[in-house]
Amino acid sequence: MKALGDLRDYAVARVVGPAALRVQRWGNQWRAWRGSGWESAYLAPPLGVAVRGKEMVARHWLAGRYANRDRKVAWITSAAPVELLHALGFFIVYPENHGAICGAARVAVDLSCEAENAGYSRDLCSYARTDLGSLFSGRTPVGRLPMPDLLFACTNICQTVLFWYRVLAHQLRVPLVLIDTPFVYFETAPEHAVAYVQRQIETSVPVLEKIAGRSLGMAKLKETGTLSREAAHLWMEIMQRNAHQPAPISVVDQFTLMAPVVEMRGEPATVDFYAAMLREVDGRIAEGVGAVKDERHRLLWDNLPIWYRLKDVAEMLGAGGAALVASTYTNAWGELADLIDPEEPFESMARTYLYPILNRGTGHKLKTMRRMIDQYSLDGVLLHSDRSCKPYSIGQLDQRDRLARETGVPALLLEADHNDSRCYSEAQVANRVAAFIETLER
Amino acid sequence: MTGIRAWGIDVGSSTTKIVGVEAGGTMCLHLLEDSEPRAEEQIVRMLQRAAAASGDQRVRPLVATGYGRKLVQQADRVVTEITCHARGAYRALGHGGTLVDVGGQDSKVIKLGPQGEVLDFAMNDKCAAGTGRFLENTCRRLGVDLERLGEVALAARDEATLSSTCTVFAESEIVSLLAHGVGVEPILKGLHRALVQRLVAMIHTVGLTPPLMLSGGVARNPAVARLLEAETGETVVVPPHPQLLGAFGAALVALESVGERPGKP
Repeated sequence: MKALGDLRDYAVARVVGPAALRVQRWGNQWRAWRGSGWESAYLAPPLGVAVRGKEMVARHWLAGRYANRDRKVAWITSAAPVELLHALGFFIVYPENHGAICGAARVAVDLSCEAENAGYSRDLCSYARTDLGSLFSGRTPVGRLPMPDLLFACTNICQTVLFWYRVLAHQLRVPLVLIDTPFVYFETAPEHAVAYVQRQIETSVPVLEKIAGRSLGMAKLKETGTLSREAAHLWMEIMQRNAHQPAPISVVDQFTLMAPVVEMRGEPATVDFYAAMLREVDGRIAEGVGAVKDERHRLLWDNLPIWYRLKDVAEMLGAGGAALVASTYTNAWGELADLIDPEEPFESMARTYLYPILNRGTGHKLKTMRRMIDQYSLDGVLLHSDRSCKPYSIGQLDQRDRLARETGVPALLLEADHNDSRCYSEAQVANRVAAFIETLER
Repeated sequence: MTGIRAWGIDVGSSTTKIVGVEAGGTMCLHLLEDSEPRAEEQIVRMLQRAAAASGDQRVRPLVATGYGRKLVQQADRVVTEITCHARGAYRALGHGGTLVDVGGQDSKVIKLGPQGEVLDFAMNDKCAAGTGRFLENTCRRLGVDLERLGEVALAARDEATLSSTCTVFAESEIVSLLAHGVGVEPILKGLHRALVQRLVAMIHTVGLTPPLMLSGGVARNPAVARLLEAETGETVVVPPHPQLLGAFGAALVALESVGERPGKP
């Protein structure tokens, strides 16, 4: 019986499932080619390559359903040195991405309630609550989550992950490897901080090897680093194409198209995907196609997306001729590409993972936003004050004032939450955004 | 009545207002009713009243503003309260500065440039503290008529301290103060202080550029203006018909849409 079950799972994971997803992609491509299935008076249809991205993500989660049968599984934070785990053959799951999928599928509140009923405060990050709720209830929009053999967390995005992963380690009784990344207060991280992180990465290797049941091959690690860097470079190039007017790819599209560079960096398919995307974006530029049909205002988005209202926000802005052109969030997955050095994997991983925007001061973010305003010719800034993400939201009031004072570019604070729709008020957000656009049109 | 060139309607959470302006942007007709749950029916009825009072059967061009603006199907255009209040304040007073609008559902601070253009704004639309509802709710509890609220508060010699800025908790705090024998007047003064301090914090988020102007239904309450002056050190200017400023601004936007420029106050 077990052999039959194994055979069935193998068939679903490797043959039937991928074939079904391929057919689904063909259907989507056919509809996109015919121009049907897209109804928006203000927004251009999504990039054609988006259906491929959707298939990649779906395949990843499909493989995840059966990953426990033949692979070691690691649950990992979004900005952790994933290259090590790829090189050791782990199947990788990002609970944060899973949280985002739950948010976009509008099931995050139900799942958060499961965690809240178990005693976790509503003041905790809604990604954490969503994922813990999913774990406690066994419900997930991706079918089934593979259980981890390893938890791998890096503190460079927030301190919540430290406690979140401790809860996971306690609940699941699996080893937790924690990489502690000291906060970078000034322009560059002190060398002792780099050495400290490097030492942690190096000392984690024997633990990872033991769980993986194989040795880390340096050639494989370098190859993974190279692929990771290429994908991040391509992603950066794609975002930089938005210096063109009209901007060819909206930040709202970037939010969903960034999934592979977050959860599949280090894989050849990810590089191919972004190379194809870059070609398509260049094609749009050549044809003068913008993501917003009548682009009159170019805006910056700060912080995580509002996953459960992505399209609504895009439509709301598009109706006022406003395009989201640049974002500190999507930028974070490309800006560190140059730091990845496959020839010096350990030292470069230490540097790369010390410098994510959330591991740096608020002054750095302000500087990044100022640069983006010039680089992308922006005329407004939307700061999403995300109730869940305190490290990202802290300082936004001052940043708003300073941007307005020093650059003359108006900025608006929007209060919401990336996953918890109970913190989102449709009428009030619409009112603020409409008033902001009227201000831009003066 | 003839000569009305444009109309504005402000469908707010507490009251619905209609204003008609003549050439040059002078307000010449206004209607005000408490907002009803069936807003669309009320809008039709009020527009009929406006038509009957003005003799202008079309009531056009019409610009709608306020939280219920999208319910005004008769409107030629919808515009947010921020823009409308700015237009109304500039036409009424003739200068820029910092406009504080305290409405029933939200309060907002708008920084106006010298030509009345909106430079920046901040809104408190998440919490009842700092809005008209805050006073409305509590005056009911204290048995004081809303119209006399400011007057009673200003008559107080002492002032009770209310630590809670939340409307719901403030109500419980009032019950407790009353139980301790504190008089109604000091409590009311403390309440006004709490509301004004909330407004001042919001004023500072956009930066205070004098002169300071006050609009919305709450501007009719003299205690708010007086305490706002005490807290900021600035003189508070209240335009005529402060509660109608949004509808007035909407009418001015409508006037501009037919190519006419509002004049000076």
